[in-house]
Order: sequence, then C-alpha cells, then structure tokens
Amino acid sequence: MTALRGASAFLHRTPRLRLGVLLSAPLLWLGLAYLGALAALFLTAFWHTDPFTGKVITDWSLDNFETLVTDSVYRTITVRTVAIAAGVTVVDALIAFPMAFYMAKIASPRARRILVIAVLTPLWASYLVKAYSWRTMLSGNGVLHWLLDPIGLDTPGYGLPATVITLSYLWLPYMILPIYAGLERLPDSLVDASGDLGARPGRTFRSVVLPLTFPAIVAGSIFTFSLSLGDYITVKIVGGTSQMLGNVVYDNIGAANNLPFAATVATVPVVIMLLYLAAVRRTGALENI
Amino acid sequence: MLALALFSAGALLAACGTASEDSGGGGGAPTENGFSPPDLPALEKLGEPEGELSVLAWPGYAEDGSTDPEIDWVTPFEKETGCKVSVKTFGTSDESVTLMKTGDYDVVSASGDASLRLIAAGDVEPVNTDLVPNYADIFEFLKDKPWNSVSGVEYGTPHGWGANVLAYRTDQVKPAPTSWSTVFDPNSPQKGKLTAYDSPIYIADAALYLMKHQPDLGIKNPYALDDKQFTAAVDLLKQQKPMVSEYWSDYLKESQALKNGDVLAGTAWQVTVNLTKGEGSPVDSVLPSEGATGWSDTWMVSAKSQHKTCAYKWMNHIVSPETNAQVAEYFGESPANEKACALTTDKTHCDLYHAGDADYASKIWYWTTPIAQCLDGRKDVKCKDYGEWTQAWTEIKG
Repeated sequence: MTALRGASAFLHRTPRLRLGVLLSAPLLWLGLAYLGALAALFLTAFWHTDPFTGKVITDWSLDNFETLVTDSVYRTITVRTVAIAAGVTVVDALIAFPMAFYMAKIASPRARRILVIAVLTPLWASYLVKAYSWRTMLSGNGVLHWLLDPIGLDTPGYGLPATVITLSYLWLPYMILPIYAGLERLPDSLVDASGDLGARPGRTFRSVVLPLTFPAIVAGSIFTFSLSLGDYITVKIVGGTSQMLGNVVYDNIGAANNLPFAATVATVPVVIMLLYLAAVRRTGALENI
Repeated sequence: MLALALFSAGALLAACGTASEDSGGGGGAPTENGFSPPDLPALEKLGEPEGELSVLAWPGYAEDGSTDPEIDWVTPFEKETGCKVSVKTFGTSDESVTLMKTGDYDVVSASGDASLRLIAAGDVEPVNTDLVPNYADIFEFLKDKPWNSVSGVEYGTPHGWGANVLAYRTDQVKPAPTSWSTVFDPNSPQKGKLTAYDSPIYIADAALYLMKHQPDLGIKNPYALDDKQFTAAVDLLKQQKPMVSEYWSDYLKESQALKNGDVLAGTAWQVTVNLTKGEGSPVDSVLPSEGATGWSDTWMVSAKSQHKTCAYKWMNHIVSPETNAQVAEYFGESPANEKACALTTDKTHCDLYHAGDADYASKIWYWTTPIAQCLDGRKDVKCKDYGEWTQAWTEIKG
C-alpha cells in the first residue's frame, strides 16, 4: 500500500513522467500496431515469393515496383479506381449539400434531430446487406428496371455505374454530416447581410455560403474518397467484370498468395491519399474533421 | 491492423527460415519426376479423439445442416467421435492453399491444383492409409495418383471427382448448347449474359477449347502451355471478357445470377445447378463435346494439426459408403468409395456420373498446378507457371 502511495506521490511530483505513462498505451498502439504495420507492409513490398510453394523469399529487389509501373494493366486499374473514387465524391457532394442545407438552415429544431437520426440510420445496417440489396435492385429484372422501363430507360446493370451508385449510397452519411456541421457554424446573419446588400440567392451561394463551407465539403470528400479508394467488396458484388486496386491486392493475397506484390499494390492508395491530404491541407479542411 | 502486423511478422519469420534453401526464385520447383517434398512422418497409430476438428472444405463437402437442415453428415460424425467440427469453406483452390498456410485447419479437401503445392510447401503430411479402414473400398484408379501421392507415398484419401459443366437457362438458351462455343464464340447469342470462373485456372478452359478448335496450336494438355499457346488462350479470354456479365468464385452468387436471368450460360459446378434448379429456376447443365476441366479431390491432414486422431476419423467418415454417397449426390460428383454407389437415393447416380468408369475419368482434365516444366512431357520448351497464369488473369480482367 505504501509502495503504491509512494509511486503515486512520485508521479505527482514529476508531471512529465506522469504524462508519459498516461500516453504510453495509445502511443504504443499508434506506433506499433498502426505505423509498424504500415512499415512492415512497405518492407514486404520489396520481397518476392517462390512461384510454386508460395513461400516468401526475402531478397531485396525493385521488381515488384517495376511490374507495377511498366505493366499497363495496373495503370488502367489505378486510373479507374481514382475515377470511381472521384465520381463517388462528386455524386455525394451534389446530393449531400442540399440535404445538409435543409437540415441546418430550414428545418425546425425538432425536424433537424429527426433528420440527423435518419441520415445515421443506414450506418446501423451491415455493409453487405446494403451492397447485396443494390445487387438485387440493379438486376435485369429488379426494381430499377421496373421503375425506369416506363420512361424508356433501363437499369445500368452490373458494372462501373452500378459501383459508383452503390458506393455513393454507402458513404453518403460521411459527406452529409461534415457539411451539416459546417453549415451550422455559418451565421445566418451573413446570408441575410448578403441579401440586404442586393445579392440574389445564387450570388449569395457562390460568394458567401460556398467559400465558407468549402472546407467542410473537402472534409467530407476525404471520407468518401478514401473509403472508395480502398473498397473491393462492392465492385465484386455489383461491378460485373471490372476490378479496382483493392481487388488486385485481394487477389494477390487470396488467389496468387503473392503477399509481397499485394504489399506493393497496397502502397498505391497510400501514396494517392498522402498526396490528396497534402493538397487539402491548404483548404483548412483538416480542422473540420 | 494488429492482425496485419502479426501476420507480416509471421511471414518474415517463415521467410527467414526458408530463405537459404529456396533462394533463387524457383527453389521449390519440381525436378525430373516432380519434386522432393519435406520429409514428414505419417501418423503411426490413432490416439484418443481430441474433441475438436477444424475442417477446410469446398462448399457442399462438409454440410452441417446450416444450408439445408436435411443435409447434414457432420452432426452424426460429432456424435460418433466426440470431435466438435468447425467448417470453413473456400471458393478457389488458391484460397485453400493460402488458408492452409495459416495452420489453423486440421483437414482440407484439396483439388489437384492445390494438393501438390501443399505437399511441396510442407503444409500437409503423408497419410497412413492403414488407419483409414474405408480406404480399402476406394476405386483403385483413384489411388496413388500424381495429385495425391509423391513417389509412392500417399498424402491423403480420395474423395470424389467430377467435371466443370456448362450451366444454362433452359427457357432462354435454345437449342440446348452442346459446345463451349456458347461461352467463347464471339457471335454467341448469349453474349453479355455469360459467366466465367474467377480464377487463373480458368485459362485451362480456354486452352481446352482451343485444343479442339485450333488443332494447329498443338495443345496436348491444357495445363502445359508454351508461350504461343498461352498467348492464344489469354487472347481468347480477353475477347470473351466483354461478353461476360460477371465472373464468379462464390457459387451462391452465380446461382442467384442464373435465377434472376442476369446470366444465361457459363461454367458451373453441378451443385450450383442442382441448387438453382431446386429453387424452381429453369436451369440445366451439359458436359460439352470438347470435354471439360474438372477436379479430383483429396482429403489431406495439416502437418501442424493438433487434432490428428479426429482428422483421421473424419477422413474415414467422409469416405465411408453412407457419407460418400450423400456428399456425391448433394454436390453432384462421382463418389470415391465403390460401395457408395449402392447407397445413393437415386440408384442411377453412379452411372450418371460414370463413377467406376476409369476410361471416362481419364478424359476429364483435372485441375493441376501449371509449372515451368511442361506437364505434357515436352522438354524443348518452357511452359508458363502458375505465377504467370495469375498475372495473365489480372490482365484479362483489365
């Protein structure tokens, strides 16, 4: 007991040590489990496997990176993946902004609470359930076909458009919430002042609302972009024959058992995200997350 | 993330242990008549059942009533031996190889394109067939085959075999197809609504088609493809891709697509066809005139297994006449046990699947791992190994 009290008194006298002990667990978690895993991933990317037995051979070489850069198929897949992620982000921003605006500025406080819950509800359902629901809806005789047929349109079927639609649906709440938070912080008086000074709604939107909420939109886009960039399940379920970077990683782990090459491919989204984060840092979006 | 870190660390350790013997790329590649597997002992005698068994199986091979309450041959085994069974299924042979490497599973139903890789890597050990009483009743032509034994040492018990069939919607595909050209011909009436198997091994299906339709390529074995033959097969699949609605590795996804009419024809397992038919969809299957690729499966025991007595009991149970008959009928394949034929519900089952017909069995091209040394015996050329097949498969999917 006295030893415990002694230790407690000692820690009380040395605040720096106290802080260190308190922080050690989360720091260990961040450092070892998170950054350590990333480092291990990056190291593995330089090895290769025995083609027959599938064992990893620890010879250092740049062969994997050479394949990644010179083989045109990986460029195509990278471009496709980035395009899907960008498409999902744009679609989500276009849908989320009016919704968030209504929630933050027009709805009554009571309706506002209900709407926030409504936006969050889909997150309670399993990812797979939602993806497979879209698979059923997008099917050749599914509900989309039934809805669109009378007006001369048809379901897009399984493929890239289906992937973008499904991912947009899945990540929409992650876009609505930051924009909603951003709009809530926007004082109504600024919008009123703009109107008093003679600006039409369009002008107010362009010159006042959009610039002030832009960081919030970018903050939302970090979620939708990065989540789409790493996804490989949706495209398997509704993507028809197409594949994304995540599928190449998955196939190299699952099918080819080529862990080193999977690691090499996995560095691509990491690099893209780092570039993206560096670019958005300037907008101040990182303070909005 | 923690799991990934541990996994990487594990891979690192494993790699360090073998780097010396395997350096230089193709270290484990076969020599003249195969390769030399790690020297592992087979079990000498059975002990007390350990009370647990972890089974890695193709879907439909270890049914415990969770798919259909009527279909259950795991529970009787549990009652008889006291070994509590947990089942994990896999969709492709590659998945089974990867999962076996974890050492978490005691027994695996390995196809020919997985078995040799497992043996070479030391993931499975020789099997003492004297400890499997039902082994005696297994058809002789399935024993001591290149995919289940190495230099006379048995590595498992044969389970059954069958062909990858062409499934089609009977209401949409008329007349009924007789050839794989339904899925490979650029003018196929079903184009846009075809499906194909999502695994590099599917390249062999294209090679088999070319074997019959472009004899000047000189393909003798769809798993032994030199540069020119391989390019032709890959080109055929690239040309097929726009006609494919989706690739499948999950048989339930294929079944659903057939049911909804998003897919009208494509390669399938008989179990998928039976399942879809059972749900009332107009689906049937045919063994096309070109022949087919197929599987001949073997139950193998993990070298790292802690439950070997249960594993041997399982192998004996699964090839027992009663169980083997149930599995064969449910999955839609030929049983390995001769006595199973008398016990199937449909007495014509064994005739239908040519169970005892060694001659017919020899016409199916069983899944085999392609290696650099041509499997058809050619010495003057190098064949494409499975690593290159995998890379090509990524390119085909684009």
